[in-house]
Amino acid sequence: MVTLKDYENGETAWCPGCGNFGILQAVKKALVKVGLEPYQVLMVSGIGQAAKLPHYMKCNLFNGLHGRTLPVATGAKIVNPKLTVIAVSGDGDSYSEGGNHFMHAIRRNIDVTYLVHDNQIYGLTKGQASATSAEGFVTKTTPMGAFSKPLNPIALAISQGISFVGRGFSGDIEHLSTLIAEAIENRGFSLVDILQPCVIFNHVNTYQWYRKRIYKLDSSYDPKDRNAAFQKAQEWGERIPIGKIYTQDRLTYIEHDPEIESNPIIEQKHSLNNFNKILEDFKI
Amino acid sequence: MNMSIDISFKIGGEAGQGLQTIGYILAKSLARGGLYVFTNQDNESRIRGGHNFYQIRISDNKVENLTEEIHVIIALDEKTIIEHKDELVRNGVIIFDGEKISVKKYDENLLNVPFERLAKEKSGSTKMANSVAIGAAISLVGYDHSFLESVLKDEFGSKGAEISDKNIQASRAGFNFVSENGIGEFPYRVKKIGDSQDFIFLNGNEAVASAALLSGCKFVSAYPMSPSTSIQQFFASKMKDYGVVFEQAEDEISAINMIIGASFAGARSMTATSGGGFSLMVEGLSLAGMTETPIVIVICERPGPATGFPTRTEQGELEFAIYAGHGEFPRAVFAPGNVEQAFYLTSKAFNLAEKYQIPVIILSDQYLADSYFTTERFDISSIKVDRGEFFTESQVKKLGEYKRHLITESGISPRLFPGQKLGLVVTDSDEHTEDGHITELADVKINNVNKRFRKLELLKKNIGTPFVYGSKDADTLLIGWGSTYGALKEATKILNDQGSNVKMLHLSEIWPFPVEAVRNELKIPDKSISVESNSTGQMAHLIRAETGIEINKKILRFDGRPLTPQYILREFRKGR
Repeated sequence: MVTLKDYENGETAWCPGCGNFGILQAVKKALVKVGLEPYQVLMVSGIGQAAKLPHYMKCNLFNGLHGRTLPVATGAKIVNPKLTVIAVSGDGDSYSEGGNHFMHAIRRNIDVTYLVHDNQIYGLTKGQASATSAEGFVTKTTPMGAFSKPLNPIALAISQGISFVGRGFSGDIEHLSTLIAEAIENRGFSLVDILQPCVIFNHVNTYQWYRKRIYKLDSSYDPKDRNAAFQKAQEWGERIPIGKIYTQDRLTYIEHDPEIESNPIIEQKHSLNNFNKILEDFKI
Repeated sequence: MNMSIDISFKIGGEAGQGLQTIGYILAKSLARGGLYVFTNQDNESRIRGGHNFYQIRISDNKVENLTEEIHVIIALDEKTIIEHKDELVRNGVIIFDGEKISVKKYDENLLNVPFERLAKEKSGSTKMANSVAIGAAISLVGYDHSFLESVLKDEFGSKGAEISDKNIQASRAGFNFVSENGIGEFPYRVKKIGDSQDFIFLNGNEAVASAALLSGCKFVSAYPMSPSTSIQQFFASKMKDYGVVFEQAEDEISAINMIIGASFAGARSMTATSGGGFSLMVEGLSLAGMTETPIVIVICERPGPATGFPTRTEQGELEFAIYAGHGEFPRAVFAPGNVEQAFYLTSKAFNLAEKYQIPVIILSDQYLADSYFTTERFDISSIKVDRGEFFTESQVKKLGEYKRHLITESGISPRLFPGQKLGLVVTDSDEHTEDGHITELADVKINNVNKRFRKLELLKKNIGTPFVYGSKDADTLLIGWGSTYGALKEATKILNDQGSNVKMLHLSEIWPFPVEAVRNELKIPDKSISVESNSTGQMAHLIRAETGIEINKKILRFDGRPLTPQYILREFRKGR
C-alpha cells in the first residue's frame, strides 16, 4: 500500500507561508488516495514557483518551458496511456504563455490533470500582473492599476466543453486533495484552478481574504448542470465557490482511437517486415 | 555518344486546372517505360487562377534536376505560351486547344488539339480534356499509349471502371488526333528502354516520411505549413495501418513540445515545418538540447524573410538551423541532395538523435520536397534501428538509483522511460543535477556543459565525407549543399565535357561540420565558388568559420526559383 512517505522528497525553495506548501501536501495526499505509486505518475511542469512543485516530491518529472506543460503532457500521454499524467504550473504559465495550449487541450480532451496555482500575480519575476489579476490591481507593471479584465478560466473551460473543472483553495488541504483525486480519476482533461495566496507580492488576496469569502459546494449542487455551472463560474467577490464546478462525460482522445490504448506506442516492437509495404506506394 | 533521350515537358495553366494530376500521370507513364523521370512544380500561393506550371524531364540516364530547355509545352492557357515559348528548343512544339483559347500568331510550332471537343465526344463531358492533352503529348513524342492507359487505370480505378475507361478513351482520342493530324516528323522521340519494376517514383517529402516510418518513428506532431505539409499528410495516412500517431498541433510551439513529451515517454518522434514554423520551435529546440531528449525536425525551406514566397524555394536557413536556440548544445544538421539522400539521412537522423540524445535537423526545401524522382528501389534491409544506451535491471547494482543525466565518460547517460519500477525519470529545463533536479551549483553547470559537448565529439565521428565529383586535379571547385546537388553535378559535367577542369564538392551531412574533409578539398580557395540558393552565401560563411578558409566567389540564386545547370553556367561564364 502506497503511503505519503513514498512521496516525500527533500527541501523546497519556496517562501515561508507560501500557498504552494498546502498544494504540495494536497497533491501527495490525492495520489495516495487514488492508490498510485510514484513510478506510475508523470508530472509535467513549466516555469514559475508553482512549477517547482514536482521537484519536492517523488515522481517522474519533465520540468519543461514556461507555458508549454500541456503539449509535453499530451505527447507523453498519447504514447504511453498507462501513465497518470499531471501538469502543474501557475496562472502566468497556464493562462498567459500557455493560453492557446489550454484551449486546445480542452478540445482534445486528453486524459491529463491540469493543476493551476492561481495567485493572481507573478511571483518568481517579483510582482507583475497576471491574466487573473483583478481590474485595478496595482503591480510593478500596472502602476495605475490593471486595465485588462481578468480571465475567467472556469467559465472559459465550461464554455469549451471541458470534461472536468473544479476550484480549490490551498488553505484547505483536505478539500483540495479530494478535488485533485477526483480530477485524476476523471476520464478526460481536468482542470483544478487552485486559489493560492502569494504572501510576498499579493497583499489583497490573502488567506484571510479568501477565508472570509470561500464556501464549499455541497451535495445540493449538480455539477452536470451546465447552466448552473456557468453561474457558479461567475461568482466572485463577496462569495467564492470551491469544489467540483462542472463535469461531463466525453469521449477522451485515447478512447476515440482504441488502437492507442490496446496497442500503445511505447509497447510496439518495431519490425521492418511490418513496414515493407510502405515503398509500394511509390512503385511505378 | 549513343543516341540518348533527354526531353522536357512543361504543362502550364491556372491553379485549379489539374496541372498536378496531368503532370503526375504523364510523368508516371514515361517512368513505366523504364525511363528516368524528374518533375517539379511551380505554383503560386493561391487555390484558383494565376499561372502555374509542372515540368517533367525524362532521360535514359539518371536525371536529378530541372533544365531550362523545353521540348514540349502543353498550354492550358495563352499565358503559358507567352511566358514559356522562349524556353522551347529548336523544333519544339506547343500543344494547345485552339477551340478553347484564342491565341495570337506565334513563330513557334503550335499544335492545335481540340482537348475539350474530343473529351466531350468520347466521354460526354469536357472534364476529361486533360487526358486528351496527355494522349496528344504521348503521341507527339512517339511513345507507346499502353503505358498511359495502365497509369490512368491505376489512378482513376478507385473511382470506378467507367471513369477510368472514359479517361482512357479521351487520351486515346488525343493520341489518335495527333497521329492523324500531326506536324510531321517531331525530332524528339521517346521509347521504352526497360522494365520499371526495380524503380520507384517519389518526391523528397515522401522519401523523408517513408524513411521515418521504416526507421521506427511512431509519433509526429506538426502544424500545416507549405512545403512540409505532405510529410504530415503521408504520416497521417499511415495511422490506421501501422498504429502510429499523427497529431495536428495548435501551433508549432505545441508541435515540438508534443514530440519532446512523446520522445521522453519512449517514442521515436518527429515534426516537420518550414522556416517560419521552425522560428516558433526554436525555444523547444533548446529544451531538447538541455533535457537531452532525442527529436528529429524536418525544415522544408522556402524563401523568406517572414512569409516570403510561400510556395517557392530557397536555401536561406542553413545558418539558422545550425545556430538556432538559446544557449549552447550539440545537434546534427543534414541537408539531403536527392531522394536517396533524403531517405537514408532521415534514417540516420533518428539513430543519431537517440544514440546521442540530441535534436537532429533535416534541412530540405521546396525544390526537393515537391520534386519527383525515379530512383532505384531503396534497400530497406540496410535500415538499422539503434535506439542507444538504456538503463537495465543489471545496471541497478553498478549504477545504483537511476539518474537520467548521469555523468559518464562518453557524455551519454543511459535512458529509461517513465512508468517503470526500475526508477524515476526526472529531467529539467533548468540546469540540473545528475538525477534531473533543479540546481544552481556552478560546478554542476560546468560538468553538464562538458558532458553534453563530449557527445558532440562522438557525433563528429558519424559524419560522412562530402561527395566529390568531376576532374581530380581540377583548377576550379564548385561547392554546394542540399537540394542543388543535381544541378551542380550536371553543370560540372557540362563544363568538363566542354574542356574545363572542374570539380564539385557537395555537403549533405553539414553539422557537426566535416572540417578536415572540407579543408582537404579546398586546396584552391581563390578558384573555389560557392553555389547556393540564397543571397549571402551561407555555406561560404560556414566554411570560413569552421576552416578559416575564405571563399570569395559565389554563384547565388535568390529569386525563389530552383538553381539549374544553365543558371550556374551563365553565372560561371560571367566571372571569366
